[in-house]
Amino acid sequence: MNAEVAAASVAEAAPEKKEFWRWQENTVWDENKDWRDAKIITCGIDVGSVSSQAVLVCDGELYGYNSMRTGNNSPDSARNALQGIMDKIGMKLEDINYVVGTGYGRVNVPFAHKAITEIACHARGANYMGGNKVRTILDMGGQDCKAIHCDEKGKVTNFLMNDKCAAGTGRGMEVISDLMQIPIAELGPRSFDVDVEPEAVSSICVVFAKSEALGLLKAGYTKNKVIAAYCQAMAERVVSLLERIGVEEGFFITGGIAKNPGVVKRIERILGIKQVETKIDSQIAGALGAALFGYTLMQKQAKAA
Amino acid sequence: MITAGIDMGSRSVKVVLLEEIKVDGAPQLNYAVKKAHLMMPGDIDADQAAEKAFTEALAAAGVSRDQVKSVFATGAGRKQVEFATEGVTEMTAGARGAVYMYPQARTVVDVGAEEGRGIKTDSDGKAIDFAGNEKCAAGAGSFAEAMSRALQLTLKEFGEASLRSDKSIPMNAQCTVFAESEVVSLIHSATPKEDIAKAVLDAVASRVCAMVRRVGIEGNVVLIGGMVHNPGFVQSLKNAMDVDQVLLPELPEFVSALGCALIAAERQH
Amino acid sequence: MIANYGYKDGSGEYYISIDTDKCIDCTAARACLTACPKNMFEIITDDYDDEVAWVKKESTRTLAYSCAECKPAGGYTSLPCITACTPGAIKHSW
Repeated sequence: MNAEVAAASVAEAAPEKKEFWRWQENTVWDENKDWRDAKIITCGIDVGSVSSQAVLVCDGELYGYNSMRTGNNSPDSARNALQGIMDKIGMKLEDINYVVGTGYGRVNVPFAHKAITEIACHARGANYMGGNKVRTILDMGGQDCKAIHCDEKGKVTNFLMNDKCAAGTGRGMEVISDLMQIPIAELGPRSFDVDVEPEAVSSICVVFAKSEALGLLKAGYTKNKVIAAYCQAMAERVVSLLERIGVEEGFFITGGIAKNPGVVKRIERILGIKQVETKIDSQIAGALGAALFGYTLMQKQAKAA
Repeated sequence: MITAGIDMGSRSVKVVLLEEIKVDGAPQLNYAVKKAHLMMPGDIDADQAAEKAFTEALAAAGVSRDQVKSVFATGAGRKQVEFATEGVTEMTAGARGAVYMYPQARTVVDVGAEEGRGIKTDSDGKAIDFAGNEKCAAGAGSFAEAMSRALQLTLKEFGEASLRSDKSIPMNAQCTVFAESEVVSLIHSATPKEDIAKAVLDAVASRVCAMVRRVGIEGNVVLIGGMVHNPGFVQSLKNAMDVDQVLLPELPEFVSALGCALIAAERQH
Repeated sequence: MIANYGYKDGSGEYYISIDTDKCIDCTAARACLTACPKNMFEIITDDYDDEVAWVKKESTRTLAYSCAECKPAGGYTSLPCITACTPGAIKHSW
């Protein structure tokens, strides 16, 4: 083991250290609308391994959301995520007609009426965010990576998931941000500030990618160039996962990594395809899909009554 | 005749100089290890490291370069050994070396720093089949290394600590990165270090064992590679494979280099 | 829907895929459940309220190893799960 690796891991363990991996938590809602005017209010809660989101949908339209770091236990994370937005808009749990839980901790959302897998919810959310032309969805989550095909209604037709290892996940990105001591949001832009595009580090294992990255730094690479090599590895990894189900036009990326142009642009470059643009925060796709599922269920119930 | 085997691992270079000994009336050839030399590449490039390790081994053995008839290389970086006449795979070299040391061995388990594999071999030390997990830290020594760092123990202390535990805490994560979080939460819940060490080594052993099961466990089992030095791992592996005995060579990290040198010698005949 | 359960790692790509359209009205009396010696299959109600088979969560990260018994390195001619699933819903990627 070389000294630098040891130093880096000691630094990791130090609690007082600045947390470079920490991404922005935020609460957003449509101030031009009043939720009190809505007939049906549904809520989707996505308790992921790393982040939790609560999304409110009024009459089938996105109204607002809150996104935060997942805490130690799922029920609290779910509650806190929802409370975070309800407090700001003066809403109470009783005002919500239906709650759908999704994500890794979906069965632990105490106030949810139903749990739906994140695969189905991401497809549904992406269909709303990117429109009905979306056919291939790549979700890069905190601790997994999913590739999904869906039809024009956002119904899943084919999917696969890789949650066995950290390669190609948000966790993998946090590792490099910590190693480089650079805030996670800066990684993408920095990765393009290089003289020449370097070759990728290991795309199969984050541990090896990390030690290769250290080696490159020692060999005199600039931090930006090492980040570029790492982003390229991440891109190659997820593309290799996508290959199993294939990529169709109408390509859409969800999850936290969608916010990292360093990975997204490289995926687009490898695939030779541009992703469908959206103005909505990519991290809420799962919770949004869950809330939309809730809305459909409410409509079905109303019809049946 | 002297031949050399060079094993370019991910962390270290291993060199074995082998001398063929003529014994009158002996039915088969005998060899003696002239010199085994290990070097950590440290700050120098891989190709320079091979050259340096080879030069040092020659000097230590008192052998000149032209006395070496043939140099074979193995390991992940074998193509970087410019002065090697030929390269052989880690499977071929590992099986050959292991069976030379233990003729009764039929299953070779090779766990190094960054790679782990199971090899099935015949009585000539020819690899029949293998299964490995290349380029993934989870089934190899670096997993244990990362976890020992999290526990602030040296690798040696880590292995010894594991032997003091009789608990079986299952680890869910298949990935080193995810397992690190599991270890951290075990530390936070005040789980004794020896129990965590055992949990980690059990996890590596079960992954290695699963790989070996893909080729089938047959005959005597020999473990080669750096993890032989970790008694906790050896114990966990025995439990996982459900075998009473695992043969442990004396210089475990040199077995592949030895296999390489043997193959080089045999090709001369 | 084609549901792929498994993973890809340094040693290869290991997915069991289940074509749920062929699985919904199973004509093989859910034979997969008993055919698999490791009991890896299970019937669940999926997100679209269909009753279909899936590969149990705990098996999806260890497929290459869990299936090793049925897929010996020496070769094999048929797999119990695929043979049992007469509607042809189950496929292995490796």
